[in-house]
Amino acid sequence: MCETCGCSTDGGAVLRKPGQTGYHVHISESCDGSDSHHHGEGHPHDHSHHHEESSSRKVLLEQDVLLKNNLLAERNRGFFEARNIFALNFLSSPGSGKTTLLEKTIPLILSHFPVAVIEGDQQTTNDADRIHILGVPVIQVNTGSGCHLDAMMINRALKELELQNNSLLCIENVGNLVCPAMFDLGEALKVVVISVTEGDDKPLKYPNMFHEADLCILNKIDLLPYVDFDARKCRENAVRINHHLEWLEVSAKTGEGLDVWQQWIENKLKQR
Amino acid sequence: MHEMSIALSIVEAIETKAREEGAESISGIDLVVGKLAGIQPDSLRFCFSAAAKGTLAESALLHIEEPEGVGKCMECCAKFPVSFYYAECPECRSLRIEIVSGEEFRIQTITIEEGEINNNV
Repeated sequence: MCETCGCSTDGGAVLRKPGQTGYHVHISESCDGSDSHHHGEGHPHDHSHHHEESSSRKVLLEQDVLLKNNLLAERNRGFFEARNIFALNFLSSPGSGKTTLLEKTIPLILSHFPVAVIEGDQQTTNDADRIHILGVPVIQVNTGSGCHLDAMMINRALKELELQNNSLLCIENVGNLVCPAMFDLGEALKVVVISVTEGDDKPLKYPNMFHEADLCILNKIDLLPYVDFDARKCRENAVRINHHLEWLEVSAKTGEGLDVWQQWIENKLKQR
Repeated sequence: MHEMSIALSIVEAIETKAREEGAESISGIDLVVGKLAGIQPDSLRFCFSAAAKGTLAESALLHIEEPEGVGKCMECCAKFPVSFYYAECPECRSLRIEIVSGEEFRIQTITIEEGEINNNV
C-alpha cells in the first residue's frame, strides 16, 4: 500500500520529486501506464503571478518523447557496465522458440559464465518456471495489457535479481515484432529470433525490428525440408534493412548450430 | 499498441513542464513524428485523448508535424526521399543508405494558458 495516499499499488514503483512532497506517480508493474495515477500537484511556486487577463504562450520543449525511458535505459546500461554484465534483449513474434533457445543455451554457457534471466510476458510465469528448472536466477515481468518491456520494468527487476559480476543476462521480451523495437532497455545488443515456420519476408514486413537488431537467429532449421521457407532470401531481406545485422541459423530442438551461437556469446563475454 | 504508453509519457512530460511554467492548462501541443518513427499519428491521437483526460492537457489540440523520410547514399552522397529502411539509391543503386531524416519523435512546444487572477498558486 502507498504510504502517502493509501491506495493499493501491489508493489508498483513510485516516482517522487525533490521539493514536491505531495507529488508522486505510481507506475504499475505493467508499466503500460494504464494503472498510473497522479496525486497532489504539490506545486512548488510560492511567489505570486500577476496577470491582467487570461493569456496563452508557447513554451519550447524540444524533448524526445521517449526521453524518460532512454534515460532510465542508460542507467541500466551503466549498472551493467560497472558489473561487467553482458545483457541481451531477445525479441521475436510469439512462438519463434525464444524460451526453448534459452533453455538449450544456458546450460552451455553456465559451465564458463554465470547466467540470469528476465522473462517478459503479458501473463503467467510459465516461461520463468521453465528457466527456473535450470537453476539460474530468473524473474518474470508480467506486463498485463502492455505489449513490450520498458526500461523501468528492467530497472525494477534488476533490484529483485541476484546478479553476479562478469555474467550473462538474457532478457526475453514480450513476443511481439512491433512495439519492443522502440524501447531501449539498456541491453548491450538486441537479438531478433525468427523461425522457419514464419514467412521469409518477415524482415520486410517488420522492418523496424530488424533495423534495430544486432543479431538475427533463424530457429527451427530442422523443419526446413517441410516448409516453403527460403533461408537465403530471408537473410537477404534482413540485410537489406540492416547492413550490420549478424546472422546465425540454429535448431534449438536438435542442437544444430548451437555451437556457433555459444561461441558468439562467449566471444562477446571474453571481449568485455 | 505502444501508442498508449507513449501518449501517457507525453502527457506526463508536458504536465511537468506546464506546472513548472505555472500554467492553468495546456491548449496546444506541437509534436514532430517522422514518417519512419514507427508511430501511427491517428493511433497516437486516439490514445492521447484518453491519456489526457483529467489532466492539464485535457482540452489540448494536438498538432503533429510529419517530416518525410530522407536517405543519404553512403557511396555517392545523393539525398533522396525514402519510405522505408530498405531503400535503394536512385543514382547509383547502392543499398548502403543512411537515414538522415524521418526518425524524429519529439515534443516541440506546448501552448499554455495562464490564469486571469492574481493568485498565489
